[in-house]
Amino acid sequence: MSSLQFDIAHLLAGSLVLASFMMLYQDRLYALLNVYALHAGVLALSVAWQAYVQHAPHLYVTALIALVFKAIIIPVALHRIIRQLGIHREIENVIGVGLTMMAGIGLVALSMVVMLRVTPGADALAREDLAFALSVLLLGLLIMVTRRNAVSQVVGFMSLENGLVLAATGAKGMPLVVEISVAFSVLIAFIVIGIFLFRIRERFDSVDVQELDRFRGERR
Amino acid sequence: MIAVALWSVAALLALAPAGVVLSARPRGSFILYGGCLIATSTLCVTALSDLLYFPYLTPTATLPIGLPWLGAHFRLDALSAFFLVVVNLGGAAASLFALGYGQHEDSPGRVLPFYPAYLAAMNVVVLANDAFSFLVAWEFMSLTSWAMVVSHHREAENVRAGYVYLLMASFGTLALLLAFGLLASRAGYDFDAIRASHPSAALAGMVVILVLLGAGSKAGLVPLHAWLPLAHPAAPSHVSGLMSGVMTKVAVYGFVRIVFDLLPEPVWWWSVVVLLVGGPTATLGVLYALMQRDIKRVLAYSTIENIGIIFTGLGLALAFKAQGLDWVAALAFTAALLHVFNHALFKSLLFFGAGAVLEVTGERDMEKLGGLIHRMPKTAFAVLVGCVAISALPPFNGFVSEWLTFQAILLSPQLPNWGLKLIIPAVGGLLALAAAFAAACFVKLYGISFLGRPRSDVAASAHETDRFSLAAMFALAALCLVAGILPGLFIDALAPVSKAMVGNVMPHQTGLEWLTIVPIAESRSSYNGLLVFLFAALSGMAAASAIHRLASDRLRRAPAWDCGYPDPSPAIQYSASSFSQPIRRVFGSVILAAREIGEMPPPLSPAPARLTVDMRDLIWDALYAPIAKVISVATERINTLQFLTIRRYLTLVFAALVVLLLVVAL
Repeated sequence: MSSLQFDIAHLLAGSLVLASFMMLYQDRLYALLNVYALHAGVLALSVAWQAYVQHAPHLYVTALIALVFKAIIIPVALHRIIRQLGIHREIENVIGVGLTMMAGIGLVALSMVVMLRVTPGADALAREDLAFALSVLLLGLLIMVTRRNAVSQVVGFMSLENGLVLAATGAKGMPLVVEISVAFSVLIAFIVIGIFLFRIRERFDSVDVQELDRFRGERR
Repeated sequence: MIAVALWSVAALLALAPAGVVLSARPRGSFILYGGCLIATSTLCVTALSDLLYFPYLTPTATLPIGLPWLGAHFRLDALSAFFLVVVNLGGAAASLFALGYGQHEDSPGRVLPFYPAYLAAMNVVVLANDAFSFLVAWEFMSLTSWAMVVSHHREAENVRAGYVYLLMASFGTLALLLAFGLLASRAGYDFDAIRASHPSAALAGMVVILVLLGAGSKAGLVPLHAWLPLAHPAAPSHVSGLMSGVMTKVAVYGFVRIVFDLLPEPVWWWSVVVLLVGGPTATLGVLYALMQRDIKRVLAYSTIENIGIIFTGLGLALAFKAQGLDWVAALAFTAALLHVFNHALFKSLLFFGAGAVLEVTGERDMEKLGGLIHRMPKTAFAVLVGCVAISALPPFNGFVSEWLTFQAILLSPQLPNWGLKLIIPAVGGLLALAAAFAAACFVKLYGISFLGRPRSDVAASAHETDRFSLAAMFALAALCLVAGILPGLFIDALAPVSKAMVGNVMPHQTGLEWLTIVPIAESRSSYNGLLVFLFAALSGMAAASAIHRLASDRLRRAPAWDCGYPDPSPAIQYSASSFSQPIRRVFGSVILAAREIGEMPPPLSPAPARLTVDMRDLIWDALYAPIAKVISVATERINTLQFLTIRRYLTLVFAALVVLLLVVAL
């Protein structure tokens, strides 16, 4: 692999982490969805580049799936849901932006250290790729933890899954069947969660998960 | 031989699902118990002929079930054959008893499917030749017996008994699992491989402690006995008889198999541990028994006493073997095994008697019984034989095995180790005390329940029980007498077991004149059950005929001397509590924390006087209650984790992940 190819792969994976950071501080739902679409688009590019570099044509299919499902269908569907729920004006922030960003930076540093410690024998691209993927994954979890709105928790979950796909493509060899089944399971999870969103909304007039806690008789 | 045994076990297992169907039929329980009777009799005869004719052959069999790389190994050596005889003799007697008794079961569907499975599990434990089959069968035995303990689940007491039993059974299996884990770390799970490996002394010592905990909790050694007096009486009576008479013996088998067979030569301190547990178990068990009013609880506590005697015998065998005196070890070991056999006989008999009384009167409380000897004379006679045998009075079998144990204790001055020289006589003193208490305990049980006048209407209207139950009781009573007057036959039959386990045998007994038994040498001591029996029978008959001949034969009825009061009420008789009151005052105030609270109304007040006795189980208070409290507090704390918000859960997962990553990174 030439150094240019390596650099481009590096660049794309790094932009994915950057997109995750952008998601961290979006406090409006539409903006969050737009960044998520960008996130998925970068993922698709990155996977396509891996396909080109590794001469693995089946990865093009993976990239296509990422582009179609994650960058187009899911954001559009979530847009519709938000509009139907009428929550596009809601603003949410649980922890301050600065604190969240600091935590995110810490997580990225942590995943770098872990990967350097754990994979001394692997080749450089795989190490970098895995470190970025772990960062994306942890940032996705952080998004889920810091949000109260069910829709943004779903988005956090989707970005977490993007990290998994990135890790798999970098590690040379997730079979297509696995990739397709992961994609479908995410889609089904999305459908189920979507239905639940409407059910919650129907009952509580809100998709703030705090309502659920209040319903169970718990205090924050 | 082993094929016949395994097919019989398979037949028992096949009867278990049949029990589900049969429990709905009117004659179902009769068919099922008949099937169990046939299967257990076959097993008993097979094992007995193996023990008598081919004791030195060890046929093995491997079945392709269980762990895929191991299979299930079975082996029939002399030890297994002896315990198979005990298990199946008890099983056959219980099945015969249940042919009659089982007809009165309220909910047969809760007992019938589990009964044959329980019998099969006990047989498999004894036959197993690898740790996996042993433990699976052991746990199966616990679970099936638990199901029968909670069969009368509408009584809250039984449910609690089942809960405590389940906990203790899990604890025991855990200890055994750890013991086998230690042994298997070098050799694997096959008993043959474990025998061939030579574990280090420290590892073997740990295994002995764990086995004492595991088998001891099943057998009812103090302080692990707490479940036994709760669970054994809660089951239907024939199952109580099996649990007390047979299942505790399966636990003894587990201990003997691992400590005498699988482990290398014993070290002297093992015997100290076993003796220091066995002696107090015997005394405390019977002391508790003496304080009870419930017949079945008396019997359950008395089981603890007998287990103490058996473990004392085993501890003696370990002590003498470790010190190189294996001819005394053979004596102590044979005594312990003989007591295993004897206790299985008379404890089953007594539980069946209690079951017969419970069936016709519906009462287990002695204070509500009395006078049953007139209403159930045959049952009363069989129970009398059991009471005499368990009190270790000649010419019955209980005397022989306890006498042999004492013979071994009397040889302890020959031991070179000073610690053992001091401990064994002390344990002997505890056993002697236990024997005296046992006699008092069974005088009380028999005297209060069967003699005197009925204390309640149900006791007054009792009638004789059915013929199957009587047949089972009389068969066991006859065996008690046979084993008591012909002990030499039984000792000789145990010789191969003792040869295999302690490496020596007792002197050959059957050739001696007048069927005398001689434990070591004729110059030291000998016992002749037959002569004692003949003397007791002849002198008794002579005395009876002399009284009949010489005394006036005119029948006179006169008011008994009754302290100047004509006695209108049977409640004024000597009661169970008053019988045990002197012993409670002497020993109970410390060991049982017994307190007597007397309330005397002021003079001229018509209010009744009351005497309340408050007793506590100090072992329960000191050992079990604190553990239960710690667990309940801890679970209450942890319980809050069940009611967190979704975001808290997510945060917890996230934090756990980050912490683990930090551990990897640093």
